[in-house]
Amino acid sequence: MHNFELQRPTTIADAVSALSGDEAQALSGGQTLLPTMKQRLAAPETLVSLTSISEMQGVCTNDTGQMCIGGATTHASVAAETANSFPGLSGLASHIGDPAVRNRGTIGGSLANNDPAACYPAAALGTGAMIITNSREIAADDFFDGMFSTALEEGEIITEVRFPVPEASNYQKFVQPASRFALVGVFVAKYSDGVRVAVTGASNDGVFRWTEAETALTQAFGTDALVNLSVDAGDMISDLHGTPEYRAHLVKVMTSRAVSASA
Amino acid sequence: MPKDSGIGAAPKRREDVRFLTGEGRYTDDINIHGQAYAHFLRSDIAHGTINSVDTSAAEAMPGVVKILTGADFEGVGGIPCGWQITDRHGEVMQEPAHPVLAQGKVRHVGDPIAMVIADSLEQARDAAAAINLDITELPAVVDMKAALTDGSTKVHDDLTSNLCYDWGFVEENRDAVDAAIKGAHHVTTLELTNNRLVANPMEPRVAVGDYAAGTGDYTLYTTSQNPHVIRLLMGAFVLGIPEHKLRVVAPDVGGGFGTKIFHYAEEAACTFASKACRRPVKWTASRSEAFISDAHGRDHVTKIELAMDENGKFLALRTDTMANMGAYLSTFAPSVPTWLHGTLMAGNYTTPLIYVNVKAVFTNTVPVDAYRGAGRPEATFQLERVVDKAAREMGIDPIELRRRNFITEFPYATPVAVEYDTGDYHATMDKLEAMVDLAGFESRRAESATRGKLRGIGVAHYIEACGIAPSNLVGQLGARAGLYESATVRVNATGGITVMTGSHSHGQGHETAFPQVVAEMIGIDESMIEIEHGDTANTPMGMGTYGSRSIAVGGSAMVRATEKIINKAKKIAAHLLEAAEADIELSGGQFSVAGTDKSVAWGDVTLAAYVPHNYPLEDIEPGLEETAFYDPANFTYPSGAYGCEVEVDAETGKVDILTFCAADDFGNLVNPMIVEGQVHGGLAQGIGQALMENCAYDENGQLLSGSYMDYTMPRADDLPAYQVDSSACTPCTHNPLGVKGCGEAGAIGSPPAVVNAVVDALQRAGHSSVTHIDMPLTPARVWSAMNES
Repeated sequence: MHNFELQRPTTIADAVSALSGDEAQALSGGQTLLPTMKQRLAAPETLVSLTSISEMQGVCTNDTGQMCIGGATTHASVAAETANSFPGLSGLASHIGDPAVRNRGTIGGSLANNDPAACYPAAALGTGAMIITNSREIAADDFFDGMFSTALEEGEIITEVRFPVPEASNYQKFVQPASRFALVGVFVAKYSDGVRVAVTGASNDGVFRWTEAETALTQAFGTDALVNLSVDAGDMISDLHGTPEYRAHLVKVMTSRAVSASA
Repeated sequence: MPKDSGIGAAPKRREDVRFLTGEGRYTDDINIHGQAYAHFLRSDIAHGTINSVDTSAAEAMPGVVKILTGADFEGVGGIPCGWQITDRHGEVMQEPAHPVLAQGKVRHVGDPIAMVIADSLEQARDAAAAINLDITELPAVVDMKAALTDGSTKVHDDLTSNLCYDWGFVEENRDAVDAAIKGAHHVTTLELTNNRLVANPMEPRVAVGDYAAGTGDYTLYTTSQNPHVIRLLMGAFVLGIPEHKLRVVAPDVGGGFGTKIFHYAEEAACTFASKACRRPVKWTASRSEAFISDAHGRDHVTKIELAMDENGKFLALRTDTMANMGAYLSTFAPSVPTWLHGTLMAGNYTTPLIYVNVKAVFTNTVPVDAYRGAGRPEATFQLERVVDKAAREMGIDPIELRRRNFITEFPYATPVAVEYDTGDYHATMDKLEAMVDLAGFESRRAESATRGKLRGIGVAHYIEACGIAPSNLVGQLGARAGLYESATVRVNATGGITVMTGSHSHGQGHETAFPQVVAEMIGIDESMIEIEHGDTANTPMGMGTYGSRSIAVGGSAMVRATEKIINKAKKIAAHLLEAAEADIELSGGQFSVAGTDKSVAWGDVTLAAYVPHNYPLEDIEPGLEETAFYDPANFTYPSGAYGCEVEVDAETGKVDILTFCAADDFGNLVNPMIVEGQVHGGLAQGIGQALMENCAYDENGQLLSGSYMDYTMPRADDLPAYQVDSSACTPCTHNPLGVKGCGEAGAIGSPPAVVNAVVDALQRAGHSSVTHIDMPLTPARVWSAMNES
């Protein structure tokens, strides 16, 4: 790892200011960034830690009933604090990585990184969450922009994520055996006005919505609705751990299991 | 009633106290005043011609002490190979040069090109990035079959081809085996791969070279399973340092699994560099570096044919194997697919005719060598898979088919040149049958089916050759070393004992088990005995630990040395008791005169040996210290029956192991708790191979599974609670303890049991065309097998 300066601002405004410097990089839980730096694949001159900013911490419910989670809230905190109010999200958070990862990694860091096999993007897209930054609000449908790419501008910080809490939801992850990231992860969320289904891990384009399943499940929420559907393998990832056809098959299996578990 | 001390007792491992409290002293814990740090610049391509290595800019970087390249090692030897195979045509194997740092060409991803030595590791890494390499990339040879075709790119230009050797065994049986197969009632054929593995000991390799200019002595601290072997190989063949000027120390070592047997370039480089820099030089592998520089294991592709009569009696066996050597010959690589593999092809069976052909192949990949089991897992896997397939084809229960062919009379000379001294394969199979509850299987399967799970059961029986090895025999087979073991038993004046063993413990628990043996022989408390190992300066020349040899060979040496101690102590006791030596008996740490109440204690005798005032100085020397070297008369032959039950998720192909039962015959047990732990560890690695671990290269020779993001190690929640039984005991007939060794069994017997169980599950679920799936049986592969059938 190369040498770097570490700054620990305590307000969002100070963090934004610090990030305007040359070669400055936001550091949240560091679960991706620090290994990358240790491998000398990244060498920022300044790291701006977001974990000392109290206004980016914690979970609460706002006046419209949305679950509001500070961008620097750890997976472990999300898992604990949403267990009763939003069990689908709690279940997802409680199975990310291992205890060490969950006690360091943050929701904002995960969404900003947009790893194509990360779990949180499925929850954000699967609920139509609103990503709040220091300068604007971005709907999840407009936020994810392919592998490791998002709508965030240089220096822009995810300060909060607002989830509309579904009537029922569930996340099913089929793990890649080595990394235990999602080989395929599916988040299903049922709202009074429709069902959303988001898939992570599977596609070369990163997280995506399975719209045919959403339509079918909106009409009749149950596994029968999925029987005649299939997923196109054309855009699926091919690697050591699974063919495109296997991933496409797993999307349907995991969606069905998520529907069963949330029904 | 279990014993509470001595042989057969199960005291907790005394070394674990320091390991678990952070007080272990590993090689990386050794820091010598003034030391510099080494970083190796390694090839990131699989094959290329080195045009130039320009270090001028790097040498000017801050903190850089010295940069060495291949040219600096032109005056010294290359990394030697310790075993020469003579092939079926009477030719000795092709043996390429293996320079310490690459010269002329790079031949695998990870091949070291330059060694940068600096005041700090970060400075060394910075400087390495500033080295200007001019390398012309060449096509890489990765696939073994392609490597053997005419016109293939050659890994070594000065060799005639990529074929290291074409070994036939037993060559005289070749025609008879062909004829028996041609005329048989039924022949079962199976083509399979034994997947390449990375050993992944918890502790990466480390080397610290320390040259003392004042005396001209060298010391190498290294993560080795056999420091004396490293001293001999590096001193005599690479750097030209005589043994009396070279000390090799392997202190606490955090796991070896075979991959720390071998002499590696980094050891020689750090030792050489220490003199060149006049500073101690330390190198610690990163985990990423371990993946591309530790010798890998397995990597065989085999076709096996088993011929039977109408009753399922095995008539003949023929195998055709390609074994990957990687880019260079690692220390014992040539012996693994040959003498450690071909000689085990009889398994537990009376098959009268066997022919094994092995073609060893050079490729642009990391060298392959021994990994837990080394050749024996490869033999067992193919044999136990083909027997299972044969049972299905013949309509005979797989356990029954095995029983029909079991060897039952011992000693038994196999048609593949070894003689099993003892064993009882029906007994281990009986134990297994009692553990697995075959009668209840159908109802368990039905219950699984209600949950969408396909349940299967698989059994395997294994034989292995351990207690490696009779020196005169292995010498005839091409070994360039003896395989005896040594022990010095030093009794101190007040009765405590220090045993200096040539064996090496890197997790096996020798510091606990070895004292149990000496304590039993003398009748004193184990706490009076300490084991020293790992330092060539204070242990007799020994061959180290691998091949499940420590208690069988090292333990036997310790027994012989202790017998010498007891014989001499009896002479002293006889003098003190004014009795005839023949009348002296030793029991419970007391020497007594037979038929009398006269006795002296162990401590009285040991004190007399070192304060010889009242002592038979005219007959015997003072002191009480003896050394023995033990060369085994034969291998030992542990065996066992393994069974497991699995559930396959019908929708995803994921395999869960529900139960795993192991019934082993290890002969006598010194510490049953340690034995059970060894079995557990072996099973974890065998199950890892069967279901998860896969060292994969792409067609360009890039390692696809070069980190834990893609290389799947078994984790606790992947494994079941094992049922282990070692009560079916037929003691070894030719060593004094009657022990056979237990370190590798789990890794040898478990892969076929797991694969047999998964194939069974799919067969029972109607996937009748699935007769084999290549390891690892990942969810994706099992799903593909289900959906292609």
